[in-house]
Amino acid sequence: MKHIVIIGGGIAGIETASALTDAGHWVTVIEKEAQVGGKLNNWSYLFPDFTPVDKIKSVLQEKCSEKDFSVLHQTEVRSILRQNGKFSIETSGEQQLEADAVVVATGYELFDARRKEEYGYKIYDHVITSADLEQLLLPNGDLTVAAGENPKRIAFVHCVGSRDEKSGNHYCSKVCCITGVKQAIELRKRLPEAEIYCFYMDLRMYGKHFEELYREAQEKYDIQFIRGRLSEASEKIDKSLLIKAEDTLSGRPLKMNVDLLVLLVGMEAGKGTTTAAATCGIGCEESGFLKTTDSFLKSNFSEQEGIFLAGSCTAPMSVNDTILHARSAAQEVNNWLLRK
Amino acid sequence: MKNFGYTVIKQRTIDYDQFDGRLLNEVLEMEPSFKVCLSCGGCTATCSAGDLVSFNVRRMNLLLRRGQTVELESEIKKCMLCGKCMLVCPRGINLRNVIMLVKKSILKYKPVNS
Amino acid sequence: MEFPPSFILPFTIGLLFISCFLVIIVGIWISQLSKIDKSRIRNNIFTRKSLQAIREIFSESLLHRKIFSKNPVLGYMHMSLAFGWFLLIVVGHIDACNHYQTLSVPAYKAIFMRYFVTEPASTLSGKILAASMDLLLLFVLSGVMLAYFKRLNSRMFGMKKTTRLKTGDRIALSALWLIFPLRFLAESVSAGIHHNGSIISQPTGNMLASLLPVQSLEMPLWWAYSGSLGLFFFALPVSRYMHIPVEVVMIFLRKYGIKVQKRIDGFSRIQVYSCSRCGICLDSCQMTHAAIKDTQSVYVLKHIRNKNLTDEKLFNCLLCGRCQPDCPVGLELNNLRMTQRIESTKEYNSSYEYLKDGKVAVSPQTEVIYFAGCMTHLTPAIIKSMKEIFAVADVKYWFMDEDKTACCGRPLMQVGQFEAAKKLIEHNRERILASGAKKLVVSCPICYKVFNEDYALSGISVQHHSEYLLELMADKRLPVHKMPLRVVYHDPCELGRGSGIYHQPRLLLDEYAEVISIKNEKEAAFCCGGSLANIKIQMNERNQIRDKALDEYLSYQPDMLATACPLCKKTFAKSRDLPVHDIAEIVYMAIRQKNTSLPGQNKTSKELKMELWG
Repeated sequence: MKHIVIIGGGIAGIETASALTDAGHWVTVIEKEAQVGGKLNNWSYLFPDFTPVDKIKSVLQEKCSEKDFSVLHQTEVRSILRQNGKFSIETSGEQQLEADAVVVATGYELFDARRKEEYGYKIYDHVITSADLEQLLLPNGDLTVAAGENPKRIAFVHCVGSRDEKSGNHYCSKVCCITGVKQAIELRKRLPEAEIYCFYMDLRMYGKHFEELYREAQEKYDIQFIRGRLSEASEKIDKSLLIKAEDTLSGRPLKMNVDLLVLLVGMEAGKGTTTAAATCGIGCEESGFLKTTDSFLKSNFSEQEGIFLAGSCTAPMSVNDTILHARSAAQEVNNWLLRK
Repeated sequence: MKNFGYTVIKQRTIDYDQFDGRLLNEVLEMEPSFKVCLSCGGCTATCSAGDLVSFNVRRMNLLLRRGQTVELESEIKKCMLCGKCMLVCPRGINLRNVIMLVKKSILKYKPVNS
Repeated sequence: MEFPPSFILPFTIGLLFISCFLVIIVGIWISQLSKIDKSRIRNNIFTRKSLQAIREIFSESLLHRKIFSKNPVLGYMHMSLAFGWFLLIVVGHIDACNHYQTLSVPAYKAIFMRYFVTEPASTLSGKILAASMDLLLLFVLSGVMLAYFKRLNSRMFGMKKTTRLKTGDRIALSALWLIFPLRFLAESVSAGIHHNGSIISQPTGNMLASLLPVQSLEMPLWWAYSGSLGLFFFALPVSRYMHIPVEVVMIFLRKYGIKVQKRIDGFSRIQVYSCSRCGICLDSCQMTHAAIKDTQSVYVLKHIRNKNLTDEKLFNCLLCGRCQPDCPVGLELNNLRMTQRIESTKEYNSSYEYLKDGKVAVSPQTEVIYFAGCMTHLTPAIIKSMKEIFAVADVKYWFMDEDKTACCGRPLMQVGQFEAAKKLIEHNRERILASGAKKLVVSCPICYKVFNEDYALSGISVQHHSEYLLELMADKRLPVHKMPLRVVYHDPCELGRGSGIYHQPRLLLDEYAEVISIKNEKEAAFCCGGSLANIKIQMNERNQIRDKALDEYLSYQPDMLATACPLCKKTFAKSRDLPVHDIAEIVYMAIRQKNTSLPGQNKTSKELKMELWG
C-alpha cells in the first residue's frame, strides 16, 4: 500500500485525501491549524448561488471522520528529503514520515489591506475587508457604524492588492469581483434602505452564473456600479469616510461620503506556500504562486517528480475550482503511483 | 435656388483615420511604460490640480492617444507635477515623464487643421 | 645673440599657448559673472579670504587631503603627481636660480637644466638641490606607476568603476604619463655622458652608458621630453586636465562667496571645467544598483562641457546628493544639474490661474499651521497620528491642505520649472501670511525644504514635524514612553543632506524606541529611490535601488524601519519583510501604549510586535 502525505488540510487537501483513500491508498494530512477546512472557515455563503458554507464544511467533516485517512493537526513540515525513491518528511511534532508521493495543498492568504495605506484599513474605524464583512453578514453580526446606527451608504472597492504594481501583485485575483457582487446583494438584503456602490476598474464575471448575478444585482437589488479606481479615503470628524475616485465614464473626479468602506482583497501566495516551495524545492512564479508543469494537461505536476500540487497554492481559485483541481490531483497521483 | 442651410458641422465622431500619431509615437518611444494604461482613473481621482479645476490626467492621456493636441496643450498647463498620480497608478506608469515629454513636444507637432 | 637649441620649441610654444588660452578663457568666464559676483571679487581679493583660498589650494589641489581620508592609496597617487610636479617646478627654479646666480631664469633653462648645465653641482646647496630634484622625480614616478595600475585594475584602488575617456583625454593622459619617465631617461642619459647627475640619475646614467649608445640618444630624448610637455599643453584645453588651472581659480571665487546660480553663467562653467573626472562620484551613486551607468555626475559634467547633454541623462538623476560630500573639488553637483534643467525646460508653459478662482478656502486666524503635503495624503497614518498628537498636546492648529490646496512647488523646481513654481509659491505664501500664524509644521521634507528656503516666510518658524514633536516633548507637553523595539532610522534625502537635519529625528525617536546606529547614515545615508527629481527612471529600477537599501537595513535585524518622509514610507512599505512607520506614528504608538498599559506592566518586545503587526 502506498503512502501519500498531503501538506495542508483545507478544501484541496481534504478532497485529495478523500479521493486517494477511495483509490485504496494510505494518506496522512498535515494541517497547521487546530481544525481542517482552511479558509472555508472564514466564509459564510458561497457565490454565485449563496450556498451556505456549512454544506461544504459538513461534507468535508464527514469525509474526515468516515474515511480512513489521518490528519495531524497543529503540525507543520520541517523538511523533506528524497531517499531511495521515497520522501522522508520531518514534522514540527518531531515525527518522521515516509511517503511515496507528496501533495502540496497549502492554499492562499488574503492580501493584508494595511499595505494599501491610502484606503485607511486599521487606521480609520469603518474600513473593513471582504473577509471581515463575511463575518458581519452572519445573523449575529454587528453592522452598525458611528452612533450605533446602520450604515446608510456603503462602498465596495475592487482590486485591492491585485492588478497593482504598488502592492507588488500584478495578477488578477479572479474571485474578488464576484465576491463583491455577492456581498453587495447580501448587504442589500440586510439593509434594504442603504445605498450600495461598487467602484471597479473592470468587472470580471468569468464563471457560470456570474454575469447573471451581476445583472440581478443591478436589476433587483439596486447596486450601483461606478467605473473608477479609488485613490484615497480620509476620515471626517464623525468617523464617516470621504472617498475620492474618478467617474471615468463621465470623465470627472468624484467625491463621496460613505459610512462603510469594504475592500475586496485579493489572494496571495501565503507564508505556508512560500515555505513549502523552499522545503520541496519547487519554483514559484513571479506572482509567488507555485509553478505547475503547464496550464492545460499537467496543472497538478510540479517541477519535482513525485510532488504534486492541488488547489489555490498554484493560482487564485474559487471553491468549486479548488475541488475540481484537488480531484484531478488525486487522479494524477494515483496514475503516477500505478505506473511506478 | 433655395438655400437648404447645410452647414459644416464640427465632427463629433472621432475619425481615427485622420489621426496624427506623431506626438503619441514620440512620447511612447521615450516613455514606453505609458503603453499599459488601462484608464482606471486613479490618477485623476488623486490629482491635486483636479481638485481645483477641470484637469483630468486620464482624459489627457486619452487625448494624447486620439491625437487631439489642441485640447491637450491647454489642459497640460494646469499640472503642478506633484507626483501623486504616479504614487497611485496600478500599472506603474511614469506619468510625470509623460507630461514633461508632452510639454516638450507639443510645440513641434501642432495639428495641421487647428 | 645665441639662439637656444630648437628642442625647447615644443615646450616653450606649448607653454605660451596654454598661458594665453587660460588667461583669455578665465577672463571670459569672469566677465560672464553677475555684477554682484564681480563686486564680490573686487571686495574680497585683497582680504584674508585670498590667503584662505591659497591654503585650501595647498591642502586640496596639491595634497588632496579629502581623497586621502577616503582612500589613502588613491590620495597618494593624486598627491604624488600634483604636489610632486609642483615641487619639481618650484625646486627646479630655485636650483636654476642658485646655479645662474640670478632671479630671472627663462623657463626652459630651469625645466631642461640637466641639458644646459653639463657640470655636476659644486656647492653644497647645489648638491642638495640636485638630490632633492632626483628624489622628487622618483616621488612623481611612483605616482605615475600607480596611475598605470589604476587604469588597468581600478578595483585594487577600492574604486569600483573608473571613468571612460574621450580622445582628448587619452592624448593628454598619454602625454602626461610620458613626461616624467622621459625626463628621467633624458636626465639619466645626460648624466651618463656628462656626469652631472645626482643620487639617482647618476647611477642610472652610468648603467645606461654601459649598455646603450647614449651619445646618440641624448638629443632625441630631450626632444621627446619637450615634445611630451608641449603635447600635454596643447591637449590640455580639450582634456580633463583643464581642472588643474581652473580648480585654482574656482577655489578663489568660491572663497569670495560666489555660488552656482539658477542660470548658466561664468561660475557654472568654471565649476564644470574644474571636474577632474576622478570618478569618486561613481562609487556613491546608487543608480548603479539599477544598472544605470551613464548618468552620474562626472558624465553629465562631461556632456555639459561637450554641449551634447540629452534630457535622458540630465533628468535621470535622483538628486539625492550622495555624490556631493565625496567630490574632492567640492563641486555643487546638484545645483549644476539644476541649472541645466532650468535651461532645458525654460520654454515649457504652465498656468495656474485657476488657483485664484475662489475655490480655495479663506485662511482662518491661527498660531500654528499644519501642512501635511501632497504625498502625505496617501499615507494617512501620518496625518492621523499628527492629529491625535496635536490633541494630546492640546494644540490649536489649522490643517491647511486638508482639501483643495496647491502643491508646495518643489516638485516643479526639481525638474527645472522654477518660474512655474513661483506661481504656486506666491499663492500658498499669501494664504499662510493671511492666517497670521507664527509656526508652520510640515510632514514632508520636500515641502519643508521649499518652505524654509524659497518661501521667505519671515516671522514664521518653519519646522518639520520631527523638530516640532521634539520641542513639544521637551516642553513636557507630550508623555514619554520608550517601547522595547529596535528601530533603524532612514534619513530622507531632502531632510538630511538637503536641509541638514540629522539629530532631531534621532533624539526624538530615542525617547520612544531604541535607535540602532548603522553604517550608511546621516550624510552617507541611502536614498530610498522614490525621488521626484528623477523623471526618467522606471518603476522596476526604483525597486532595485530600494531593495539594495533595504537589504542593508535588514542586515541589522531591526523590528521596524522609521522614516520622516511620506514618499520614503510609501517606497519602503512595498517590502513585506519590515514594518515601516513614520516618526509621528511611532510617537503616537508609544503614547497609546503608555495609556493602555497598566502601571508596572510593560510588554516585552515580542508581545509588542505581536500586538502591532500580528
